[in-house]
This record gives sequence, C-alpha cells and structure tokens, in this order.
Amino acid sequence: MQTAVMLNFVATTVGADWRLATPLIFAATGEAICERAGVLNIGIEGMMLIGAFFGFAATYATGDLALGFGSGMASGLLAAVVFAVFAVTIKANQIVVGVAINLLGLGLTSFLFRTYFVSTGRGVDIARSLDIPFLSDIPYLGAALFRQNFLVYATVPIVIAAWVFLFRTSYGLTIRAVGEYPQAVDVAGRSVALYRYCAVLIGGVLAGLGGAFLTLAHANQFVENITSGRGFIALAIVVFARWSPIRVFFVSLLFGLFYALQLQLQADPSVRIPYQALQALPYLTTIVALMLARNRSDAPSMLGIPYWKA
Amino acid sequence: MGWAVLAPIAAVLLALALSALLLQLNGFRAADVVNVMVLGAVSDKRSIAEVLLKATPLILIGVGLCVAFRCSIWNIGAEGQLYAGASAATACGVNFVALPASIHIVLILVAGSIAGAAWAMLAGLLRVYFRASEVVTTIMLNYVAIFITSYLVTGPLKDPAASYPQSARLARELWLPRFLPPTRLHVGILIAIAAAVAVYVFLFRSSAGYAVRVVGLNPNAAAYAGINVARNVLFAIAISGGLAGLAGAIEIAGVNYRLYQDISPGYGFEGIAVALLANNNPLAALASGVLFAVLRSGSELMQLSDQVPQVLVFVIQGLCILSVAAFAVLRRSGARSAP
Repeated sequence: MQTAVMLNFVATTVGADWRLATPLIFAATGEAICERAGVLNIGIEGMMLIGAFFGFAATYATGDLALGFGSGMASGLLAAVVFAVFAVTIKANQIVVGVAINLLGLGLTSFLFRTYFVSTGRGVDIARSLDIPFLSDIPYLGAALFRQNFLVYATVPIVIAAWVFLFRTSYGLTIRAVGEYPQAVDVAGRSVALYRYCAVLIGGVLAGLGGAFLTLAHANQFVENITSGRGFIALAIVVFARWSPIRVFFVSLLFGLFYALQLQLQADPSVRIPYQALQALPYLTTIVALMLARNRSDAPSMLGIPYWKA
Repeated sequence: MGWAVLAPIAAVLLALALSALLLQLNGFRAADVVNVMVLGAVSDKRSIAEVLLKATPLILIGVGLCVAFRCSIWNIGAEGQLYAGASAATACGVNFVALPASIHIVLILVAGSIAGAAWAMLAGLLRVYFRASEVVTTIMLNYVAIFITSYLVTGPLKDPAASYPQSARLARELWLPRFLPPTRLHVGILIAIAAAVAVYVFLFRSSAGYAVRVVGLNPNAAAYAGINVARNVLFAIAISGGLAGLAGAIEIAGVNYRLYQDISPGYGFEGIAVALLANNNPLAALASGVLFAVLRSGSELMQLSDQVPQVLVFVIQGLCILSVAAFAVLRRSGARSAP
C-alpha cells in the first residue's frame, strides 16, 4: 500500500512536470535555434506574453481553440519580425532590443487586457486531454502521463524535428555556420541576414505557442504578466542544455519539476517553509544551473554579435 | 543643436506619436497624449513636484546604469537592487532607534546603497567566476529580491498592528526633509542630481572611469593594456546596484516611510530606458529621467480622467528604446556617407 501511494505521488509529479515544462520546452527550443544563428533573443519573455494574450483573445472571441493557438503563433511571429528588423537589419544591440520587446509585450498585453477583458472575468474552454489508447491504462503511470492535452505530447516531435533540422539538414548547418563563422556563409554566397531572420522567426513562433499554451491549455484565461519569467528561465535552459534541442527537453523537465514541486509543497499545510521561498525556487534553480553550466564550448562564437558585411 | 540632442528628442516624439495611434485605435483620444499626459503632468507647482518625486529614483537608477552599460554590463536587475535597498533601509529605519536622527538617516541611506550594491555584486561575481550571463542572473535576482521583500513584510518586518502586509512606519524625524512646501518634494532629488554630476565626472574625467569605459568597449584591449577587467566589471555593477539601492532607500525615507510588497512600480526597468535614451551619459540622464517621470505622472492622470490603462507607460518606454535604436542607425549611416 505504501508503495502504491509513493508510485502515485511520483506518477502525478512526473505528469504535472511534463505539463509545466511544456511552455518552457517550446520557448527554449525556439531560443536554441535562434542562438545557434548567433542571435541572443532575450525578448522571448515578451513574445510569450504576446502569444499568451492574442491566443486567448482569438479563442475568447471565436470559441475556436485551433484559431487561438494559430493566433498565438502568428503574434509571436510578428513580434519576432520587429525584433529581427532591429537586431539583424538595423544591427542594434540585441539585449537592448530584447528589453524593448519585453516592455512592449508587457505593456501592450496589459493595456489591451485592461481595455477589453478585465471586467468580463470569463475564461475559455481549455484544450481537453487526449487519452492515448493502452498507454493511458498502465497502472499509476498511465493516467498521469498519457492523459494530457495534445500540445504536451507535441513537445516530443517538435524537439526531435528541431534537432533534425539543426544537425541533419543543410539549412540547419547553415544556421549554425551563421552563428559560428558568418563570413564563411557570406563568402559561400548565402545571406547571413536571411538565415538569422529565419532563426529569429522560428523562435518567435515557438515562444508564441509556449505563451498560448499558458492561456489555452494551462490556465483558462489571461492574467497580466502570466509568463512570470518563463521566457527568461528558457534562456538559462538553453545555456544549461548547451544549445541542443534534445537536451533542452530534459533540462526543461528538470525545471518543470521545480515548478511541480513548488506547487505541491505550497498545497501541503504541513510544510513550514515560507511560501515566498518556494516561489523563488525556479528562479534560484536557474542561477544554480548557470553556475553548474560552466562548459560553454558549444556556445555559438558569434552569439549576440551583429554581422557587418565586409 | 547637434544630432546627439536632436535624435533622442525625435525618438521620443516618434514613440509618443505611435502611442497616440495605439490610443486612437482602441477608442481613446489620441490628443490626450499631449493634453493630459505631457501638459497635465506639469500644469502647476504641485504636479511638477510630483514629477520630480518620481524622477528621483529614475535618475538614480538611470545614472547607475550608465556606468554598467558603459562597461558593457547588462544589468537588468535594478528593480531587484531597489527592493534590496528598500528592505535594508527599512530594517535599519525601524531598528537602532537610540541613534541620533541625523546619523540614523545617513545609516538608512548607506545601508540601502550597500544592500543594492551587494545584490548586484552577486550577479557580478557569477559573471566573473562562473561566466554566467548577468542578463539572466540579474533578472532572476529581481524575482528573488521581490520574494524576500514579500517575506519580510509578512514576517520579520511586519507591522503587528496592521492587517495588510507592511512594515512599521519610520519615525517622523527620520523622514527626508521637504523643501518646497506644501508639496511632497524632498531632498532626494538633490541627492540624485549630485549623483549624476559625480558619476559624470567619474566616467569622463577620471582614469578609473576611463578604465571602466575601455573594458566596455573592448575587454581584450583593456586586459592587454594592463587593466584588470574582472575588477572593473565588479566595480561597475556594484555602482549601478548601489545607486538602485539608494533609490530604494530614498523611496522609503522620502515617500512611503514604510516597506510594502510592491514598493516599486517598475522603476528598475524604466531606469534602463532612462539610461539608453541618455546614450549612457549621466548628465543627459537627468533630462531623460525627468521626461520619463512626466510620462509616468501623465499616464496616471490619463487613467484618472479617461480610464486609459496606466500600463501604457511600458509601451511608451519600449517604443522609446526602439526608436532610439533606429535613430542611432540613421546617425551611423549619415556618418558613413559623409566625405
């Protein structure tokens, strides 16, 4: 009986972990591609917020979830276009542009939310869970792991696709070359800017999807600053995962675990730790992870540096 | 007037025009941006005093960030450093009651500065010894500082008499003196101006400041020239954190007189825009700090008069940063095509 309780606890935690890690996986996978191209996009926090808001707004207006996720991705893409124009074309400092995108994301979504939604207080019907046949019937583990909504499952193929794209296609090779040694790409007659645009836009779409997940599959409505730093945590995940989408998946699960743990401990009245210490857990974990990730040999050499054509 | 003055002015006007467009598109009055936001905020003595009150933390933080940004240290953590300073200042303010008031006030301000500097230094040490990007660590430390403040006002520093989570109030003799009655304007603004001048002299008229700037321009060249890069990085981030902490202490001793969970409406992030608009020049940060304070005061007025959500200020700040970046490019390309 004792083992059954334990198993149940573990299964529930792992299931919650995967779900809580999902927005991180999307955002960090996109950021990994973007950084491989040499572009440091700290604006993903704002892009996630934008995706979260416009995803919610579209579903709220139409009742259509697919449209919501599409709109979340499209708005993330638009924000990424703005970022790329400044960071790639104008060659402004990427951190500065990222800060601006974050301010715009926070300001714009809060402004529109207060103007159009705040008094309604109504939510949307969130994505329903899909039971995977057979797997969801496995005792303990099945119900916790294989009764999730489709986006949680989608993390696996997306991460694999991102890895194949980066490491097994010529486009991916060029993107990585743009992040390591853009002159070579330039001399080979390909546009450094074009590849950087592609990488930034992919990052924006995935950040928007991660944000839309929060409002359409996690909570059922938008709250101001609903991302609460998830985009920033995704930045640290990418470093800790050494810029590989596959490792991003597992590192995100590690961070999801701290979110899951934090929620479980907060709900447990016998725990005597101040709740603020638990809330701080994911952020402290991020700092510790960065301290542990001292091996930066995989870091793209041109990360954060604009490319000037000779 | 040279381009260095015209470009930021044009950038702000462009940002305001886009904000007006945003208002118009969402059923508000675009003209409010000028009538209520800009003119309303400076309509009389009281409202000008309120603007300078808000400008005080913005100038202090912006001036500090000038040092960090000149050193190419991207300290995004001024918000957390402000909270650290405010918490330490409050802890000193409600304790040590036996001290003479004048010494006690100095202690409050010094404690706030040291706490802010120490909090920023954490990120500096992580950067120097663990090569951890200060962009991420300072952001993470923001959250941690805010949670610690929240813990303090619900726990150790909580006013037992209050039901709301807040600290006890500072004794009246510890309040920073006001000098423009009947307004709330206090000596904090003078401290901010002094800090701007001092930091300007340091950055542009001292060899230590020169070293900071060289490290920011090219750390390899700096190291080759015998400049200790790590020490300058730590120094620059400590200065920026110290001034943010001082801003927090001044908010406690000059405006709120007690600690709350949400002591800052985002001054730490706004300070980034202040420094960038000033092109990381501390004296120019005086002007841009006042400008952003006008916009913040004005957005409060718009909320009162027309229910325009006050969060519009974040949009304006973001637009300002982007248009500053865009105008910087025009300047660059202009310089290139010149003979």
